[in-house]
Amino acid sequence: MKKGIFALSIMLLGASALMGQKYFTKDGKVSFYSDAPMEKIEAHNTKAASVIDASSGQMEFAVLIKAFQFEKALMQEHFNENYMESSTYPKASFKGKLEDPGNVKMNQDGTYQTNVSGELTIHGVTKNVTTPATFTVKDGQVVGKATFTILIEDYGVKIPAVVKDKIAREVKIDIESQYLPMDDKS
Amino acid sequence: MMRRIQFMLLLVGFVISGSRAQDTDLLSLLGNDDVTEYATAAFKTNRVINLHSLESTAGGVLDFKINHRFGFINGGPYEFFGLDNAMMRLGFDYGITDQLTVGIGRSSFQKSFDGFLKYKILRQSSGKKVMPVTLAVMAASSLNSVKWADPTRDNYFSSRLFYTYQVIVGRKFSDRLSLQLSPTLVHRNLVATRAEKNDVYAVGAAGRVKLTNRLAINAEYVYVLPNQLGPDYHNSLSVGVDIETGGHVFQLHFTNSTSMIEKGFITETVGQWEKGGIHFGFNVSRVFTIVDRTKHR
Repeated sequence: MKKGIFALSIMLLGASALMGQKYFTKDGKVSFYSDAPMEKIEAHNTKAASVIDASSGQMEFAVLIKAFQFEKALMQEHFNENYMESSTYPKASFKGKLEDPGNVKMNQDGTYQTNVSGELTIHGVTKNVTTPATFTVKDGQVVGKATFTILIEDYGVKIPAVVKDKIAREVKIDIESQYLPMDDKS
Repeated sequence: MMRRIQFMLLLVGFVISGSRAQDTDLLSLLGNDDVTEYATAAFKTNRVINLHSLESTAGGVLDFKINHRFGFINGGPYEFFGLDNAMMRLGFDYGITDQLTVGIGRSSFQKSFDGFLKYKILRQSSGKKVMPVTLAVMAASSLNSVKWADPTRDNYFSSRLFYTYQVIVGRKFSDRLSLQLSPTLVHRNLVATRAEKNDVYAVGAAGRVKLTNRLAINAEYVYVLPNQLGPDYHNSLSVGVDIETGGHVFQLHFTNSTSMIEKGFITETVGQWEKGGIHFGFNVSRVFTIVDRTKHR
C-alpha cells in the first residue's frame, strides 16, 4: 500500500510536469509601424522575452523599450526621451491567456489559430487587449505571430500638436516569436 | 494513522504541483538576464553652449550647426543692444560611428577655419556592465585667416594655427540633471606678448537641468588657471536654454564670449558680465540621417 501511494504520487507529479510544458523565447521580434501623412516610422526589437504554458494557455511577454532600433538615431532618442520615457518605464509587457489552449497542440506539428487576450502595459498604463494569433508548430519549435493596433493616447503618450502630421494616432504592432520547449529544471 | 499521513502528503504534493501549473509569473522562469543599459541623451546635442558636451553625433548622422552671437548688450539702444552686429559660425559635424565624431567649421570672427575629432572612450552604463561616467577626448585645431596686421615683418603660416586638447568627463545623474568637467589645453603658436603663455590650461564645467521633455536649462563656465592670459581676458560664462522641436535643437543663450571655438572662448573672451559685456546668441542644430541605422549595424 505504501509503495502504491508512492508510485501514484510520482506518476501524478510526472503528469503535471508534462502537462505544464512551457515554451520560451528570449529573442522574439516586435515591430511597430506608424504611418502618418508626413512621415512613416518603424522600429524593431529582436530581444523580446516570452513564456507560454501550453497546458493552461497562460502567456507572458516583455520587451525593453530602449532595445527598439530605429532608422534614425534622433527618432530613437525622441522615442525614449520624449514619448515612452523609457528610464521611468523601461519595459512594455503583456500578461494573458490563449483563449482556446486545448486547440493549440504545441507538441504536434500543425498551424493553430486562437485569440489571445490579456493585459498590455505600455508607458505604465495597462489596458485589456484581444488579438487573433497564429501558432505554427514544426519539429518541436513553435512560431507565434500576431498583429494588432493600439491607440497611442490610450497609453498616456502625448503627441504635441506640431508633430501631429508626423506621428500616427494608431500604431500597428507586429509580433513574431520562435518558441523553444523549456527544460523544466531550469 | 500511517495511511492518513501518506494521504496528507499526497494532498500536499497535489497542491504544490497544482500551484506550479498556475504559476502566474512565467517570465521569472527565464531567470534574470541582466542587460547593460547605456545612459543616453545627457545633453540634447553635442554642445552645451560653446563647450563640447558628453554627447556625440550618432553614427551616420550629419549635424548642421548655425551659431550666432549678436553684439554686446552694453552697446545700448544705439546698437539695438547688440542686435545690429553678429558673429557667426557655420559647421558640419558627422558621426562616423556612435563613438567617433568629426567636424569642420568656419567662423566670421577672425575668419577662422576649424576642425575637430572627438572620441567617446567610456559610456555611462548600468546593469550588467556598470560604468559611472562617460568619458570622451576631443582634439581641435583652427586657423586664423585674417590678413597679417603687419605684412612687412616676417610672418609664418604656423603663427595662424591653434590647437586644443580636451578630456570630457561627466555623468547623467538623473533624467533631469547632467554634469560634466572638461580639463583643456589650448596651444597657441603665436601670442602677443612674452607674458602670455603659448600653452593655456583651463577647466570647463557645465551642466543641464531638464525642465520638460523638450526644454532644458544649460550653463557652462571655463576657469582658466591664473597668470596665463593678458589682463584684458576673462573666464567664459554662458547660460541658456535648449528647445527641441522635432529635428531641430534651438539653443538660446547669454555669453560673454564672442568666439564659438575653443581657442577663442577659452583664451580670448573680453566681455565682462558685470559690465554688460554679454552677447545674446543662439545655436541651431539640424540633423540629417545619411546612413540608415538599421542597415548600418
